[in-house]
Amino acid sequence: MRVYADNNATTKVDEAVVEAMKPYFSEMYGNPNSLHKFGSETHKGVATAIDQIYSGIGATDDDDVVFTSCATESNNWVIKSVWLDQIKNGEKNHIITSEVEHPATLSACKYLEREFDVKVTYLPVNSEGTIEAHTLKDFVTEKTALVSIMLANNETGIIFPIKEMVEIAHQKGALFHTDGVQAIGKIPVDVQDLGVDFFSMSAHKFHGPKGIGALYIKSGVSLSPLFHGGSQMGGLRSGTLNVPYMVGMGKAMELAVKSFPKMNVEVRRLRDKIEKALLELPDTFVVGKENRTPNTILISIRGVEGEGMLWDLDKKFGIAAATGSACASEDLEANPVLEAIGADEDLAHTAIRISLSRYTTEEEADYLISSFKDAVIRLRGISSSYATVQAQNEAYSHK
Amino acid sequence: MAKADLFGEALWDQYSSVVSDRMNNPRNQGEITEEEATAKGGRLVVADFGAESCGDAVRLYWLVETDTDKILNAKFKSFGCGTAIASSDMMVDLCIGKTVDEAVKITNIDVEMALRDNPEEPAVPGQKMHCSVMAYDVIKEAAAIYKGVDAKSFEEETIVCECARVSLATLQEVIKLNDLKSVDEVTDYTKAGGFCKSCARPGGHEEMEYYLVDVLASVRAEMDEEKLKEAADAGISGDFEKMTMVQRLKAIDAVIDESVRQFLIADGGNMEVIDIRDTDQGFIDVYIRYLGACSTCSTSTTGTLYAIETTLKEKLSQNIRVLPI
Repeated sequence: MRVYADNNATTKVDEAVVEAMKPYFSEMYGNPNSLHKFGSETHKGVATAIDQIYSGIGATDDDDVVFTSCATESNNWVIKSVWLDQIKNGEKNHIITSEVEHPATLSACKYLEREFDVKVTYLPVNSEGTIEAHTLKDFVTEKTALVSIMLANNETGIIFPIKEMVEIAHQKGALFHTDGVQAIGKIPVDVQDLGVDFFSMSAHKFHGPKGIGALYIKSGVSLSPLFHGGSQMGGLRSGTLNVPYMVGMGKAMELAVKSFPKMNVEVRRLRDKIEKALLELPDTFVVGKENRTPNTILISIRGVEGEGMLWDLDKKFGIAAATGSACASEDLEANPVLEAIGADEDLAHTAIRISLSRYTTEEEADYLISSFKDAVIRLRGISSSYATVQAQNEAYSHK
Repeated sequence: MAKADLFGEALWDQYSSVVSDRMNNPRNQGEITEEEATAKGGRLVVADFGAESCGDAVRLYWLVETDTDKILNAKFKSFGCGTAIASSDMMVDLCIGKTVDEAVKITNIDVEMALRDNPEEPAVPGQKMHCSVMAYDVIKEAAAIYKGVDAKSFEEETIVCECARVSLATLQEVIKLNDLKSVDEVTDYTKAGGFCKSCARPGGHEEMEYYLVDVLASVRAEMDEEKLKEAADAGISGDFEKMTMVQRLKAIDAVIDESVRQFLIADGGNMEVIDIRDTDQGFIDVYIRYLGACSTCSTSTTGTLYAIETTLKEKLSQNIRVLPI
């Protein structure tokens, strides 16, 4: 049996998405910007995709939702163009983000900090893994150009209080960007209600294809383009339109919205079932409480190193999970969230992330539970530190 | 950057089958108890190395026959990834049957070699080499406990790159001999810094005592100082080719003061040295400017110039060319 429980890294493309994309490779392959029939016949697909995405996130027709290559591009676009538009000319000099953002946000901010002396504030998360909205008040000033905080965290699934933070930022005249990559398809998203100026998304996180994303830009907010060229997408993002992938992303968005009740009820039930069962193992804890995406578990298993655990899950049981951010899995750094929440430093390398999808079955969940427990028992048997933990616990219980 | 840097092979696919097998079924995992040691008439040694907070920790158990110092049995426990567990398991294999003195000589490279499927192919990718280092360090700890000495006493030399076991002395020598100028060059010549990269510069996977970037900088500084000293020793009477710019200027001025300037001044003129440049062809071009009457004198570009050049060539270097500007 093979179980895919790494859906916060990427997801399986829905068969219906593949079907929707198919005609746009070798049948209707014209460039939508061409005047001829080959070009114009692709318009319907793109227009439908655009409608599906506007509707999926609650954007109005006056807003812009621009296709990009991925959320990394969307995040970079916002951060670098805000620098171009407001910081380079000396109008403002400050960006606020958080310690637990995706590298696409953190690295772009660090780049501006290093190369252009932009002041960057990294908001911390509290011991429960969330950002307290009021902490933003202490840092945002009239000189703050942008606040960029993710909607849901990729590691823990914890949902941050974006709506409250948007109000605080706007009171001081700062723009607000949220990386919504981990939210789409997992929780209802309404950009009007959130009040954000920019919202990044990526199709492959909600059963669409890789290599396509989008950026929502609120009506009335201007943002210089990052790519100059043939003035596609109203000149905001040049480059020949990636028709099949746009069609795929639109379809994936439509299905994500339709599947939301399933995600909120069925997937949540399976997640809670797995979580409850794994927490029966002694010396384990999960980061985050109720206010999380319904598919994610970040669990720490004392005495078991994350990559060792991933090895057993994969090689012995065919289960795919993650230790931290997928991008960081080769350099074996400590889990950034466990570090940020100030967990016992002995636990920094013990985090395993399980992330389900609407395809996860009851049978898979049961198999995951039993395999996970077997792997923990084997690795704790080998562990040099778990014996110590047990001895300490025994000593404590004898007191 | 190169092709392999843009998109490398999947990490676990680069492990040898021995590594995978040892991770899946470690032979030597477990503990040795005091009772077992007493029953066998040996001494139990338990040594720890690493820390969970760093991502790797290992504990080594030895049962040593005290008359012969021979390791009769050994076991390990490990908190770590697949490579760390496989390396610890292989390290224990290598310890069993050896004397403590012999075991101390086992290096992480021996462990890694033993984990290879064939002698030509590394057992693990470069960034995983550091996982084998700990298996080796814990042996030193165990031996130190057994002998009642400090583990550092087993280090005959200062190791900068633990993965490739390159010493500080080797690095200093290779940098000097080959006139190496960058950390990449040092890695190419010595393999140091080519694996987990922690020793290349601060900020890597592990904090190190020495970094290649600092070793290189200090050796380069030392080399520069030696060069200067050599030049200073040469002085203005020494080898003109090896002089510093300032020394060359002084030497040229001294020659001109001694043999040329008085004649120019007598004619109501003078000259100054503007620049001295080494050319790719091996010439040393001395740029001069005439002052006063010389600047309009017709021989200043013929006879006088020839006289200045000949004098400098004779007294300082045959490679000098004098160019008026």
